[in-house]
Amino acid sequence: MERKIVIPGEVIVSGEDYLPGEGTEKQEGNIVALRYGLAEESARLVKVIALSGIYQPRRGNVVIGKVENITFNGWVVDVDSPMGAFLSLAEIPRYVNKEGMSEVLDIGDMVVAKIYDVSARGIDLTVKLRGLGKIEEGIIVKINSNKVPRVIGKEGSMINLIKEKTGCNVTVGQNGLIWIKGNSVEDELLVKKAIIFITENSFTQGLTEEMQEWFAKEKK
Amino acid sequence: MTKEFKRPDGRKSDEIRKMTAKVGVIPNADGSAMFSFGDTIAIAAVYGPRKMHPQHSQDPEKGTLRCNYSMLSFSVSERARPGPNRRSTEISKITEWALEPIVMIKKYPNMVIDVHINILQANASTRCAGINAAALALAHAGIPMRGLVSSVSIGKLDKNLVVDLIKEEEDWEEGEGATDIPITLTSDGKITHLQLDGKITSKELKEVLKLARKANKEIYEVQKKALKESVQL
Amino acid sequence: METPNITGERIKEYLAQGKRFDGRKPEEFREISIETGVSKKAEGSARVKIGKTEVIVGVKMDVTEPYADSANKGNLMVSAELLPLSSERFEGGPPKFPAIEVGRLTDRAIRESKFIDMEKLCIKEGEKVWAVFIDIYSLNYDGNLIDAAGIAAVAALKSARMPKYDEETGKIVYGELTDKKIPLSKDFPIIITAHKIGDKWLVDPTLEEEDVSETKVTIGATEEGSISSIQKGESKEIGIEEFEHVLDMTEKVRKKVFSTIKESI
Repeated sequence: MERKIVIPGEVIVSGEDYLPGEGTEKQEGNIVALRYGLAEESARLVKVIALSGIYQPRRGNVVIGKVENITFNGWVVDVDSPMGAFLSLAEIPRYVNKEGMSEVLDIGDMVVAKIYDVSARGIDLTVKLRGLGKIEEGIIVKINSNKVPRVIGKEGSMINLIKEKTGCNVTVGQNGLIWIKGNSVEDELLVKKAIIFITENSFTQGLTEEMQEWFAKEKK
Repeated sequence: MTKEFKRPDGRKSDEIRKMTAKVGVIPNADGSAMFSFGDTIAIAAVYGPRKMHPQHSQDPEKGTLRCNYSMLSFSVSERARPGPNRRSTEISKITEWALEPIVMIKKYPNMVIDVHINILQANASTRCAGINAAALALAHAGIPMRGLVSSVSIGKLDKNLVVDLIKEEEDWEEGEGATDIPITLTSDGKITHLQLDGKITSKELKEVLKLARKANKEIYEVQKKALKESVQL
Repeated sequence: METPNITGERIKEYLAQGKRFDGRKPEEFREISIETGVSKKAEGSARVKIGKTEVIVGVKMDVTEPYADSANKGNLMVSAELLPLSSERFEGGPPKFPAIEVGRLTDRAIRESKFIDMEKLCIKEGEKVWAVFIDIYSLNYDGNLIDAAGIAAVAALKSARMPKYDEETGKIVYGELTDKKIPLSKDFPIIITAHKIGDKWLVDPTLEEEDVSETKVTIGATEEGSISSIQKGESKEIGIEEFEHVLDMTEKVRKKVFSTIKESI
């Protein structure tokens, strides 16, 4: 089945062989779309890839958020999700007493964290691993979380290309927030520009090759 | 009912004005759309799902769909004082009811999906244009939905049934005057919104439903096109 | 989410070198587009985009009694609403200060510049005058609503046509516009707001830049340089020399904006 844009309620494909994947439902021998998006089929599994919509938090996701509040036992973090996120004192790699909490993370600080649990209560974060923790400097860019896979690329091919061409450290949060840190503001802005270009051209086949050319042009 | 009735703008009885629809018109919104019936132009923007405030309004069993309909002051001939009034409050509520059956709101407990509808230019059928824009904006925002809804106003002018009223028809005075019937249907013909003001028999009303079903299909095609053309593959 | 502090730091760093994230110079405006006649029930209307910021303004007219202290002058009422549609940051409800600010600044720029010839709006002294209502709405908010509102208000006024007034009944025949334009002077005011970020001043901030702006000065003036309204906003103090620099800067920017929009307006 050729990939196509579908709308809610639309019959994507008919036939008993097909299986309903994400964003679809089987109704009387038809696979019906339950959201607006890009319908794709592989090995008889039909799913609708979201083009828009909020971030679906998953265990193991690395996310970037902003500290909203400090409570007696942790930090309330805004990860741009309607589900609240919380970083408990127990999930910091070293001991912090209640008075020292704002030294570690203050209201307004940006933090890279990993989701270790998602429940009805909300999202539970940890910064106990390497590469996680407070963001000291750089720029933050926000994109729709559905475009994150495109920015990362197959096995990281796209994000590695970006890092290589700009010399910047780039941490992509699955929630669509991206932290860019480089040797100069120009380099950081080039990464931002590249990311925006990718999100605006996410359907182009061979985008990674096109980005090679894009960088060549931009750096002149 | 295919009598040769002369409408003020020359349309056939079952002819809808030229419709236009486009999604993505408000960059900041999670989903947005514009929909017009001729001169009547509505824009809708969706923000959400997001946390519902105040906390006591949260519904732990399902999310909340919150619609707000408002006309711009200069969208009508006589300037409308800015701010909510009884009419806009009622329309906001019936819009919520018109959309809720197709929105899979159970997926978002304690959250709210805000739908803002503004009328930029009014020549009757504004609530219908608003509902059509809102349905598109919700889909555009990636909200899980069972389908779309399409809304149209059916009118009875004296004894003649017409589709998609303009203001002149709303103000019809001859004979039995004007009966205004805005109605919203899902793509498989279920009624999610129905209002009526005027004078009508049950028999005539059954004809109205037939006309609505037919008009609904035409409107759906316009909405579908707007979503499909939103992305260049 | 409000612009993170670390991004704000970078904005300041870059600006210290005279550069901005989107490649503009501090005194450069984003692309301005103006469309008039966008709402047909209005006597005049305009839709203005500055970058991604978009506003729509409509002009409505009515015949009413004059105010006691201006018996031979028409009435002017300017209001603004920051629609929740235009940003996740705006809530419904009665206008809060940011909306009132947009309305008031637009009002003063137009009123004090005498752009509208209020005396020509008098029909019968002490009894009947024309009232002009200018209603401003935001459609998408990406910084600098004030300047966008100013341009849209002028464009709406300039393209407006007066409705038909039946002297006998004393009522307006809505839906029938005459060929008569609102009595306006040739020179129109433009509002330019300058913002201070760190040590530098810029104009036409994006939302990110507005978030880190520490103080601002809004100046309404004509192309000739006749200043009709000023307001300093936000709470950081400004030195006098600094203010003079802002005057010079906004004068240059104003000339550029005038030449850009003259054709479309």
